[in-house]
Amino acid sequence: MVLTVNGKRHEVRLEPRVSLLDALREHLGLPGSKKGCDQGTCGACTVWVDGRRVLACLTLAVACEGREVTTIEGLSSGGDLHPMQAAFVERDAFQCGYCTPGQIMSAVALLGEGHAGDDAEIAEWMSGNICRCAAYPNIRAAIRDVRDAAGGKR
Amino acid sequence: MRPFSYARVADADAAIAAVRERADSAFLAGGTTAVDLVRQNVLRPGLLVDINDLPLSGIEDLPDGGLRIGALARMGDVAGVPAVRERFPVIAQALLLGASAQLRNMASMGGNLCQRVRCSYFRDPASPCNKRDPGSGCAALEGFNRGHAILGTSDKCIATHPSDVAVALVALDAVVHTRGPAGERAIGIDDFFLLPGDTPEREHPLEHGELITAIEVPATPVARRSAYLKFRDRESYEFALASVAAAVRIEDGTVAEVRLALGGVGTKPWRARRAEASLLGQPATGASFAEAARQELASARPRPLNAFKVELAQRAIVRALATLTDGGAR
Repeated sequence: MVLTVNGKRHEVRLEPRVSLLDALREHLGLPGSKKGCDQGTCGACTVWVDGRRVLACLTLAVACEGREVTTIEGLSSGGDLHPMQAAFVERDAFQCGYCTPGQIMSAVALLGEGHAGDDAEIAEWMSGNICRCAAYPNIRAAIRDVRDAAGGKR
Repeated sequence: MRPFSYARVADADAAIAAVRERADSAFLAGGTTAVDLVRQNVLRPGLLVDINDLPLSGIEDLPDGGLRIGALARMGDVAGVPAVRERFPVIAQALLLGASAQLRNMASMGGNLCQRVRCSYFRDPASPCNKRDPGSGCAALEGFNRGHAILGTSDKCIATHPSDVAVALVALDAVVHTRGPAGERAIGIDDFFLLPGDTPEREHPLEHGELITAIEVPATPVARRSAYLKFRDRESYEFALASVAAAVRIEDGTVAEVRLALGGVGTKPWRARRAEASLLGQPATGASFAEAARQELASARPRPLNAFKVELAQRAIVRALATLTDGGAR
């Protein structure tokens, strides 16, 4: 099958039962997406498929043939951090870092969806990303920073 | 995960034929139930037929004021449609209070109706479960049953149906449209969900290979004043302990029209007909709401760990009606 990830075509031979998450981490050398629960309850595996945030652990790799997959590795261009990545660093929005790629992929998508009006809305629309280190206030601060730098709700 | 074959199809008849060809095949839409349960060894398909390319994602207004929701419309997309938010707020609210943003992007409306129970014994292949392995027993009866049902139970199964939007759809008398080996048919949504009885493994009256194509919501003016309230341990991203879909119209201080359905407490999304009957013609007061709720929950059969749901469900009904009527002011 052909998987298109971060704009690049990969020809792979994978069984249908391989999740998108395992395909990325184990077969495509893209371990940035994390396996926190493997059952759709933590959000650490959040990636974009055709620009929409989804859970890679509950997605079959084979079902992504013909679709565009974007991972945390695809967010930055060259050596430059994406504004959301920079904001997470600036705002100390992580401790152990394990939920962080999923948080960032979710946060960028959130701004695109237009649901970052206030902290309550941000918290609700980010509720699919769990952080055991409880970096939530700083995660919300990072999201607000990027939202405001972009001039509003986006 | 056990290995399975995969096929992608582009039209409904190809999908139906592909599933019909073998007894152990199933449709694959969003995958949020299927991939999870195949990984847990609860579902063991030999073939998954990917139907995501079928042209069933449309959400359209019907000329009479109803709504037709394609089976492959994603939860999040339906919730964002202005017509849904204006004419059927209970549907939009139920969708947005369910799952997470990521799951709502993946999960289809048809799949939402067919999602499986959260009972930990159902999800553990080593535990007795009449729904998963008919005749093996029900470990939940005397086990950890805090989240289980108090309405519609049998001595074979007490698992709660977990969907939120199904509760709203049941309150609104939606119709499930299917296409199968025998052609097309329409199933009233209350009939789409089966009580466990002696056959908890049968959850829907669908034939093998019968595909949900759309969900139609009839024109329902009372739904303009409707709401979905959800009560759970966590503020977000958690299943309901009890939930209510409600719509109400008050005339001269009395209840002229009302729809009520309960989630989190039934083995199927629970249309609260006794409560509705009790409310009609009554003054729109807390006392009437409480009496209606009491009547609906009178037949509840709680287990030790979920007995709190009897009271919680009643208060949820009262809260929902009070919210919609400003405590009687509207």
